[in-house]
Amino acid sequence: MNTVSSQDAALAATVGANKEYLTFMLGEEQYGLAIIQVKEIRGYEPVTKIANAPDFIKGVINLRGDIVPIVDLRVKFNVSEATYNEFTIVIMLNVQDRIVGIVVDSVSDVINVTEDEIHPPPEFGVAFDSRYLDGLASVDDGLVILVNIERLITSREIGIFDSMNQQNEGSV
Amino acid sequence: MSVDMNQFHNVFFEESQEHLQTMEELLLNISTDDPDPEDLNSIFRAAHSIKGGSGIFGFDALTGLTHVMETILDKARNHELDLTTDIVDVLLATTDTLGDILRAYQDETEIDWQQIEEGKAALEAILTSEQEPSAKAESSPAFDNDDDGFGFFDDAPGQPQQDSADDEDDGFGFFDDAPGQPVAAEEEDDGFGFFDDAPGQPVAADSIESHNDSDGKFGFFSEPKPAQPLKDEEAFGFFEQEKPENKSPARTAAAKKPAAKAAAKPAAKGDAGSIRVETNKIDTVVNLVGEMVITQSILSMIGEDVDGNTGEKLTGAIDELSRNIREIQEAVMSMRMIPVSFVFNRFPRLVRDLAKTLDKKIELIIEGGETEVDKSMIEKLADPLTHLVRNSLDHGIEPLEKRLAAGKPEIGTIVLKAEQRGGNILISIKDDGGGLNREKILDKAISNGMDIDPKMPDEEVWQLIFAPGFSTADAVTDVSGRGVGMDVVRRNIEAIQGGIDIVSVGGQGSTFTIKLPLTLAIIDGMCVSVENETYIIPLLNIIESLQPRADQIKTLANDTMLWSRDQYWPLVSLRETMQINATDKRVEDSIIVLVEIGKKRYGIIVDQLLGKQQVVIKSLERHYKKVDGISGATIMGDGKVAMIIDVDNLIKNEQINQVGLA
Repeated sequence: MNTVSSQDAALAATVGANKEYLTFMLGEEQYGLAIIQVKEIRGYEPVTKIANAPDFIKGVINLRGDIVPIVDLRVKFNVSEATYNEFTIVIMLNVQDRIVGIVVDSVSDVINVTEDEIHPPPEFGVAFDSRYLDGLASVDDGLVILVNIERLITSREIGIFDSMNQQNEGSV
Repeated sequence: MSVDMNQFHNVFFEESQEHLQTMEELLLNISTDDPDPEDLNSIFRAAHSIKGGSGIFGFDALTGLTHVMETILDKARNHELDLTTDIVDVLLATTDTLGDILRAYQDETEIDWQQIEEGKAALEAILTSEQEPSAKAESSPAFDNDDDGFGFFDDAPGQPQQDSADDEDDGFGFFDDAPGQPVAAEEEDDGFGFFDDAPGQPVAADSIESHNDSDGKFGFFSEPKPAQPLKDEEAFGFFEQEKPENKSPARTAAAKKPAAKAAAKPAAKGDAGSIRVETNKIDTVVNLVGEMVITQSILSMIGEDVDGNTGEKLTGAIDELSRNIREIQEAVMSMRMIPVSFVFNRFPRLVRDLAKTLDKKIELIIEGGETEVDKSMIEKLADPLTHLVRNSLDHGIEPLEKRLAAGKPEIGTIVLKAEQRGGNILISIKDDGGGLNREKILDKAISNGMDIDPKMPDEEVWQLIFAPGFSTADAVTDVSGRGVGMDVVRRNIEAIQGGIDIVSVGGQGSTFTIKLPLTLAIIDGMCVSVENETYIIPLLNIIESLQPRADQIKTLANDTMLWSRDQYWPLVSLRETMQINATDKRVEDSIIVLVEIGKKRYGIIVDQLLGKQQVVIKSLERHYKKVDGISGATIMGDGKVAMIIDVDNLIKNEQINQVGLA
C-alpha cells in the first residue's frame, strides 16, 4: 500500500458515490475502513510504553522520526487473544492530521462499495458502539461492517485526542 | 529586455517592512531639540528607498505618501523645519499607514485611499504651517528630479565630488536612488534604462552595462540598497550591503553638498553577505540533521560489532563522521537563533503610545537585545511579553500624583532585559512602580472562591495572579483589567518549556522573570534505565547521581527520603511513576539522580545510568497527547523511542512540602 494508491482511492471516492474500503479481521468479524485514511500497513514492532495509559494503548513507535501511538483494537474490544509476533499487523492511519497505528488480527482485502450497497448498521453483534459505524455492506463472502474509523479514533473512549476533539465529538 | 517584476515584489515588501521598522525606531529615539543629522538621514533614506521601490513597481499609494514624508524629512535635515513632538507623531502615524498600504499590496487587497489622503493631508499640514509652503509638496512623484538626492547621473558629469566620494570608498547609492525615477523606467519599458543616462561615469556605468548584458535579469532592484564604487572585476560588489560602521565623518560634514549627499545615501543596515532564507527551509534542515544524528548513532552501534582491521577503520571513519555531524548540528542550530531584539523592538513604540494614553511618563530601558533565542520561541514570546509590559505600564507604574507623593521621580522606569545564564535565557520586565498588593490579591482570591491560606509566603501569593479570571484592577480599561491575560501568559510560556517568577517589593516595584531553555530542539540528557525501558533526564536539572548507602535512607510515613548534602531529599521511584511492572528493587541497590528545578529538589530512583547523550526532542503531543511527568520523547541510537522526563512535574507538590516540614 503506497501513498499513490491511497491518493487514487481518495480521488475515486470523491468522483462517484463509490468508496473503497480496506477490510480487516477482528475476532470473527470482518470490518472495513475508508482506505483514504490508511497511510500504510506494517508489521508490529516493539513499542515504548507510556505511563498511565490504558492497556489497549500499547505505547509509541518511531515512524520515520514521528512518535506515533499504537492502539490495539483487539484489546480495546476484547475480541481475540492479543499476541504479538511477526504476523501481527499494524494499520497506520491518518486521522485529523495525526498518525495513529491500530493493531488488528489481519488485513484481508480492498473492496469497492457504492452508497446504495450500504445498509444501516445492526444494533448488536458488533464489537463497536453503533455510533462508530457507517453501516453494513455485503460482499461475496459475507458481510463487512463499515467502521467510521475517524470517529472511533478521536472518540473519548479511545482518549488519545485532546479535549477539543472530544467536544467536537459531542456535537456530532 | 522584459523583466518579470513580480519576482522582485516580495523582496520589495520585505525590504520596505524593514525600512519602516528602521524609521519607526529612529523616530522614537529622535530628540526634537537637537536631532542627530545622521538619524535624520537614515529616516530620509528609508522613506526614500520605499518611495523608489514603490515607484518602480507602480505602487502609487506608497509613492505619494512617502514623497510628502520625504519632503518634510528633507527640510528637517536641512534645518529648514524644526521637529516637534507633533511632527514626530504625524510621521509615526504615517509609518503605520505605510505599513497598512504595504500589507494591502502584499495581500492584494483593496487600498484604503481615504486613509492615504488623510495621512497626506496631515503631512501637508505640517508643510503649510511653515512660513513658506513648499512647492515640492504638491509636485507629483514623477517630478522628483528636483530632489537633491536624485539625479545623480544627470548631474554627475560635471561633478568633481564624485572623485572624492570614490576616495572615501563610500557607497554611491545610485541603485538606491535610481528606482525612484519611475518616468525614466517607464520610458525604457524596462527597469534598467536609466543607466543610459549616466554617460558621465565611465567606470561605474561600464561595469553596469557589462553586467547588464551578461545577465540582464539580475535584480538591481532586488536589493535597492547601497552600492559600492567599483572596478570592472568587482562587478558583483554592488549587491553587497554596506556595514553601518562605514560611515565616515567626512560624509556627515559634506552632507549639504548635493553630490556628497548622494554618497551618504546608502541605507546602512545589516552585515555584508547575509541572505534571506525561509524559516521552513531551516526547519527542514534542522529536522534532517536530527535524523542524521540518529542514523549516526545507529552506525556507531553497528561499527562496534565489526571486528578486525575493517572494524578499526570503520570506527575511525564513524568517529570522524560524528564530529562533523556535531558541528553541522551546532551550525544549524545557530541558524535558528535570532536576537531577542526582534521582539523587544516593538516595545518602545508600544510604551510611548500607551504612556500617552494613560497619561504617564515612562522611560523604557532595553538591555541585552542582542541575546540570541531560538526563532520558534521568539514568535511565541511576543504575546506574553506584550502583555507583561502593558501590565507594568498600567498596573505597575503609579499615576503621576501618587509617584510624586511617594517621593519617586516623575518618570517611571521599565527595564526590559534579556540575558543568557547557563543553559537558560532569562527575560525580565522590571518596573519601579508600586509593586503587587498582597492584601488585594488575597482578597480577590478569596472572593473568587479559591482555597487560600492567608499566611502563605509572598512568592505563592504572587503566583495567584496567574489564575484564570484574576484581575485586581479596580476598573477595566482599554489596556488591561479583564483578567484574561495572566493565565494565558503563563500558559504560553509553559508551552515553550519556560517558567515565570515574580519578585515584588511594595512601593518599589516588581520584576517578572521569564526563564527559557536555550533551544527547544535538542537537549543534553542523561540516559537512565529501569528494567528494559530507557528514560532521559535533562542534564540541566541534574545536580548529581549517587548510589545511596543504607544509612542515608530514611522513611517518613510512607515516603522514602535521602539524606545528602545536609538536607533530606524526597525520592520518586521511576519504576512506580512510569508503572513498570517488575519486582521492586531495594533503594540501596539503585541509583539516585538528584535533580533540581525552580525551587523543587528531589531524587529520582533508577536502576542504572547509561550515559550522557544529546537528544533531539520530539513532540509526544503531535500524534498522541500530553503525558504526566513526560516532557517529550526522543529516538535513540537503535531507533527505539525513549521518554524524556519532565522534572518539574514528576513529583507531586505535597511530597516536596512534606520535606519542607521535616
